Amino acid sequence: MLKAAEAIVRFLVEEGVDTVFGYPGGYIVHVYEALRKSDIRHILVRQESAAAHSANGYARVSGKTGVCIATSGPGATNLITGIATAYMDSIPLVVLTGQVPSSMIGRDVFQEADITGATESFTKHNYLVKDASQLPRIFREAFHIASTGRPGPVLIDLPHDIQAEDIPCNYPETVQITGYKPTVKGHAGQIKRALKAIAESERPLILAGGGVNLSRAHAELLTFSEKSGIPVVHTLMGKGAFPSNHAHYVGMIGTHGFSYANEAVRMADLMVFIGARIADRTAGGTQILPENMSIVHIDVDPAEIGKIVGTQVPLVGDLGQILKKMNEKIKRKDTSAWLETLGTMKTEETYKTGSLVNPKKAIRVLSGKLNDTAIMVADVGQNQFWTARHFDDLPGRKFMTSGGMGTMGYGIPAAVGAKIAAPERQVVAVTGDGGFQMSIFELGTIAANNIDLKMVLFNNSHLGMVREIQKRVFGQTGHIALEKNPNFVMLASAYGIKGVRVTSDDELEAAFDQALGHKGPFLVECVVDPDESTL
Amino acid sequence: MSVNNRHVLSVLVENQAGVLSRVSGLFSRRGYNIDSLSVGVTEDPAISRMTIVVKGDRYILEQIKKQLNKLIDVIKVIDLDKDKSVFRELMLIKVNARENSRASIIEIVDIFRASVVDVSNETLTVEMTGDEDKIEAFISLMKPYGIREIVRTGLTALERGSKEIKSYKKYGEED
Repeated sequence: MLKAAEAIVRFLVEEGVDTVFGYPGGYIVHVYEALRKSDIRHILVRQESAAAHSANGYARVSGKTGVCIATSGPGATNLITGIATAYMDSIPLVVLTGQVPSSMIGRDVFQEADITGATESFTKHNYLVKDASQLPRIFREAFHIASTGRPGPVLIDLPHDIQAEDIPCNYPETVQITGYKPTVKGHAGQIKRALKAIAESERPLILAGGGVNLSRAHAELLTFSEKSGIPVVHTLMGKGAFPSNHAHYVGMIGTHGFSYANEAVRMADLMVFIGARIADRTAGGTQILPENMSIVHIDVDPAEIGKIVGTQVPLVGDLGQILKKMNEKIKRKDTSAWLETLGTMKTEETYKTGSLVNPKKAIRVLSGKLNDTAIMVADVGQNQFWTARHFDDLPGRKFMTSGGMGTMGYGIPAAVGAKIAAPERQVVAVTGDGGFQMSIFELGTIAANNIDLKMVLFNNSHLGMVREIQKRVFGQTGHIALEKNPNFVMLASAYGIKGVRVTSDDELEAAFDQALGHKGPFLVECVVDPDESTL
Repeated sequence: MSVNNRHVLSVLVENQAGVLSRVSGLFSRRGYNIDSLSVGVTEDPAISRMTIVVKGDRYILEQIKKQLNKLIDVIKVIDLDKDKSVFRELMLIKVNARENSRASIIEIVDIFRASVVDVSNETLTVEMTGDEDKIEAFISLMKPYGIREIVRTGLTALERGSKEIKSYKKYGEED
């Protein structure tokens, strides 16, 4: 017999967890006491939402399930945006929340919140533990559900008294969930049909989505494209799925993608969707997909196939496994003319120099200075697309952002998680002045743990993307300005974090050299013209 | 576009707290309409079975089945064929029945093989089971007497013959 809180920590160790992100409180103290006595590293964030975002960044870089912990009531509700963010981008998380004692549930007591009810629609599954003896099964199931099939967050709500009970500590070897058996292997007949559709096409095009990054099927996708001769476009979440320096690489599609990549989709007669859910931001409400186009859709989640666009060949299963099987049989198509057409459509970016910093050029300059394994985390807004469009995602590098939810304030804490997962890699977080201030408190976490993270802050004293929409739709009237922005470099300095403010393109090289050369966290604030466009 | 047909889904779920909320929540947040939902435990006390009547075209029905199957607590979902299944609903109905009308009401009750379960000076309470058509027909015959209250369980259904829900493949395994 073991105290449940201590058993929980043992289960975490069993699952290979060595780092958790959290913020303690009254009704999670038993777990915290057990954590204190363990070898698990606990990163104390400054607000719970950051715990979920950091666990998210950690999961995406490490390939493991991220774990975050908060107390009941406000601690749990602060996690909500982070949980929803992970859900929309299919990131495996196990979220632990404290809960008021079992006997008090439902009586609106101090710091009580129905967190399982609240997160029902954006967790893959959740548990309110009512019987401490079920904890071994619940933890085993939670990690299994979070990390298999289409990954996602799973929440376990732990009433205070349950944490203190004594339970037998037998961690089950296997899981047995009747209603959960994700399809892994692709259906042989469907694979044959997919290959046939590809063989019959003239201008086939692969659309790689975030699923390729999640399932780490990069090598299989590369082989698939090379063996078949099919060129590749990708979604925002699929950035990094295919090397951007490859002859088959076309570019990012979508409402904020490159027009030549969108044009390529319009010209194709067959699309092979690989781990892409054809979100509205990708297909522009399916507008860019021609009516009579053939579609092969490969995804681990059957519910994504046929949800937005009709599909000729649905193919459910793990991308890596399916592509491997297809690679055994696929025949090379003569796509030379098609590749040539696509090649001539590509336009080279030119960067104008104005009186302030050109953010697109800044990302290009930075991209040139980063090493081959750098991780680039973009926040949300204009900075997200400046980064997505101008950061070179060479093989070995990684790009991540909050794609589905579009959560401002994601960038900084996610980058913290990324750096902790891979201390040897360069990690850069790009944000705007809006998103930066939504997670500004994390400067405390960064300073306290001396996280060697480089922050690039594009400051235009506005919510640039909102301003752009307002200007386009309503004319010049009424845009939101972030008045009285602080002196960000001084603010960082108050936390003991070094920084530099850059007001022109000429200073970029020196500033990035200084940041990347510095050991420890560093802030580069770039002053940007509010009229700078996203695209 | 196909028409908004009615479909009767039979859904096996884990008999656990929160399942009903997960299923009904899924319908409301994705904008699917439930006509009725009934639930009860099965031959296995760990498993419950829901009968859900929904309206929707083929796309909606496909989405409902796929999204239901994504719920961890959902074990199996089948779309019951109207010609191969038995549908029943139970209704309790309280109608005005003074001395002068009581006999004629009981006559109708007998024709429908329903039964009177309570009598008062002013009312009769009738219990009846049947498919939806039978129940609707009975309600319309009771209208002239004055209906005080109606309570219905919602449709419940089972496939005819020896086939069981468990013999169906799980969604995604098919084709």
